[in-house]
Amino acid sequence: MENQQDFQYTRQISQQYPQDKRFLLAILQDIQKEYNYLPRESLYMVQEYMDIPLAKLYSMATFYKALSLKPKGRYIIKVCDGTACHIRASQTLTDEISKILKIAPGQTTSDGRFSLETVNCLGSCAAAPVIVVNDRFYGKVTPSMVKTIIDEYGGIYS
Amino acid sequence: MKNQSMRINKILVCCGPGCLSNDSLDIYEALKNKIESDKPYISIETTVKATGCHGFCEIGPLIKFLPLDFFYCNVKVSDVEEIYQKTIKNGEIIERLLYHDQNSNQKIKSPEEAGFYKGQKKIALRNVGEIDPLSIDDYMKRGGYKALKKALLKSTTEQIISEVEESGLRGRGGAGFPTGFKWRQCAQMQNFPKYIICNGDEGDPGAFMDRSILEGDPHSIIEGMVIGAYAVDSHSGFMYIRDEYFLAIKNMTKALEQARNYGYLGQDILGSGYDFDIQIVRGGGAFVCGESTALMASIEGRVGEPRAKYIRSVEKGLWDKPTVLNNVETWANIPVIINEGASRFKSIGTAQSPGTKVFSLVGKVKNTGLIEVPMGMTLRQIIYDIGGGIALNKKFKAVQTGGPSGGCIPEQLLDLKVDFDSLDKAGSMMGSGGMIVMDETTCMVDVAKYYLAFLSEESCGKCVPCREGIRRILVILEDICNGRAQDEDLDLLIEICETVQATALCGLGKTAPNPVITTIKYFKDEYIAHIRDKRCPAGVCKELTIYSIDKDKCKSCGLCAKNCPSSAIKQEQSKIFTIDQTKCTKCGACVDICNFHAVKIGGALACR
Ligand SMILES: Cc1cc2nc3c(=O)[nH]c(=O)nc-3n(C[C@H](O)[C@H](O)[C@H](O)COP(=O)(O)O)c2cc1C
Ligand code: FES
Repeated sequence: MENQQDFQYTRQISQQYPQDKRFLLAILQDIQKEYNYLPRESLYMVQEYMDIPLAKLYSMATFYKALSLKPKGRYIIKVCDGTACHIRASQTLTDEISKILKIAPGQTTSDGRFSLETVNCLGSCAAAPVIVVNDRFYGKVTPSMVKTIIDEYGGIYS
Repeated sequence: MKNQSMRINKILVCCGPGCLSNDSLDIYEALKNKIESDKPYISIETTVKATGCHGFCEIGPLIKFLPLDFFYCNVKVSDVEEIYQKTIKNGEIIERLLYHDQNSNQKIKSPEEAGFYKGQKKIALRNVGEIDPLSIDDYMKRGGYKALKKALLKSTTEQIISEVEESGLRGRGGAGFPTGFKWRQCAQMQNFPKYIICNGDEGDPGAFMDRSILEGDPHSIIEGMVIGAYAVDSHSGFMYIRDEYFLAIKNMTKALEQARNYGYLGQDILGSGYDFDIQIVRGGGAFVCGESTALMASIEGRVGEPRAKYIRSVEKGLWDKPTVLNNVETWANIPVIINEGASRFKSIGTAQSPGTKVFSLVGKVKNTGLIEVPMGMTLRQIIYDIGGGIALNKKFKAVQTGGPSGGCIPEQLLDLKVDFDSLDKAGSMMGSGGMIVMDETTCMVDVAKYYLAFLSEESCGKCVPCREGIRRILVILEDICNGRAQDEDLDLLIEICETVQATALCGLGKTAPNPVITTIKYFKDEYIAHIRDKRCPAGVCKELTIYSIDKDKCKSCGLCAKNCPSSAIKQEQSKIFTIDQTKCTKCGACVDICNFHAVKIGGALACR
């Protein structure tokens, strides 16, 4: 998983930016995009490159929602909990997914296949409530559709 | 319906966020391929464009045909062949794809005939949905960058600032601060460099107005920013855009590049000797970063914590230098004001709130979409005339404006005029433009809880009233929704709300109690029902709701049992269906699916 080559990439990402504090967020966002989380080793490299304390990186990583210190699953299920989706009962979808995958929002299944997240408005309020799995979009979802959607991605292994 | 004289030369496929999620990009590609592949053989001068949001998301994907100005709705990829053969090649209108207006029971061809578009007035959205956002030429064909020429080559900075001041334009990011005044203050500072910022953070969890402008008409924002920068003598600008808005970032990056190539941005703009450039900063997904001082901290590479505002940003903003920060929509208004003059702008809207406002009109309305209306239009006009009324013919309960900092407005105030001051007076606020319509099946306590849960997650934690106060409010709201609250809790709730309002450091905390205060003010009976009767009148709070099947109405069709994800509905020997309360997760699937309204939503003390 995390081999030497991987971290070479972290170095490349960092070096695209000048060693100026204001590019820190952008660097972390790029690393997040590449690995789906911020690997510890990458943070060490950024720390060295930017010459700032690790604690500072940690405060950024925990403050900004776009950044995550834990690896995410292969399939990221995003349930829109924007206001429009919320009042069209998005909560029941989150509950149903939680029940099936046995994880709470923000968690990843132990086999590393699914992550569950709730997100803000995706701009598709007309189709509320909305779920996005990786880049695939599902509108007007009902609790009874949830299992079928999860099954499209291999379902849960029993 | 054949019309030989009909020549379509432009096809606009909506690629706004709503339509994109319904495969509009595939429709665009398919149409384009069709036309391209036939071009050598027949003479078609039609061009297809992927545009920003057309607004009427409810019936997307939308396609508009020019110059005849008719549109198709709910288009599918499988319709492309027919559209090509009949409409594009033969000028035939396909009835089936026309919009059927339920309220007037008519098939509608032109957008102007649809109730949804009729009362609207587009200024900030003037080009959104009309142009290809990736084409600077499209923008210029519609008068783009004319204002820039007028400002840089024919006006003094004083004239520009006066014009904006005179227009009465107020910031569209929420607070409604007079834009011209902000610029004047910054222009007077003799401390350099100065900075210009566009706030594209759009933190409201239920809205997509700024996104639509960023994606659909990036040049209007750039043009506004260059004019503003020139007026206050700044040479460096930033656009803070949410990272999730990758299409907005992509389109804006391209637009900036084009503007530089055309000499509208960068060095020696239009040969005037004036330099200004803009960089994009991607937001990290924190609501508080939409607050001006937190946003600046975030651009500087720090965590986005706000600071107390006794020193104004126009004096000491980004890197402690004078800074003008405006919202996306505010910037998009600037070129129009410069082009058409302050008095023209002022003639729209109300005296205190001139111009228009963009809203994302969503929730339980028939016509969900992106709209722009003159200030001063009433909520009723927006919801019923444009929004078409309440979906499924349910009963209206409330409309929420202002996002997490706003409030819920009840039916008795539906004739309230939508402008900055009227909404403030009702206890809500304009906010950046989220407008969420709620019906009888929306629980107002749950709505308050929703916003407070959002805010407690988003509070940066710097000041105690916000960090602890919001959490305490949330706990009490949770108790109410779970049936654990007592009468006294309501007083305690109000007391904490008032304290947080008065003592929090930044706008997030100061306005956080608004959703609670307004719902208590206008929907106290719902709180009482939860607290005393242990009943959720809307059937939303699970702990206070029981579903049961009405034996008299049940036709034993079994649809509910088939659709119950928890297998909680069983058929007894007597053929009657019943719900096993130990298995029921109260998801509501049975209520929605039953054709005979046989599933009863009861609140019951028994739940406790
Ligand atoms: C908690 C909080 C969140 C905010 N979020 C946004 C936002 O997402 N977008 C925005 O334009 N303004 C937001 N604002 C308002 C900004 O602080 C600022 O007033 C505004 O961007 C100024 O631009 P304007 O004068 O053009 O409205 C927020 C304010 C607060 C207190
Ligand atoms: S609130 Fe879910 S898409 Fe807008």
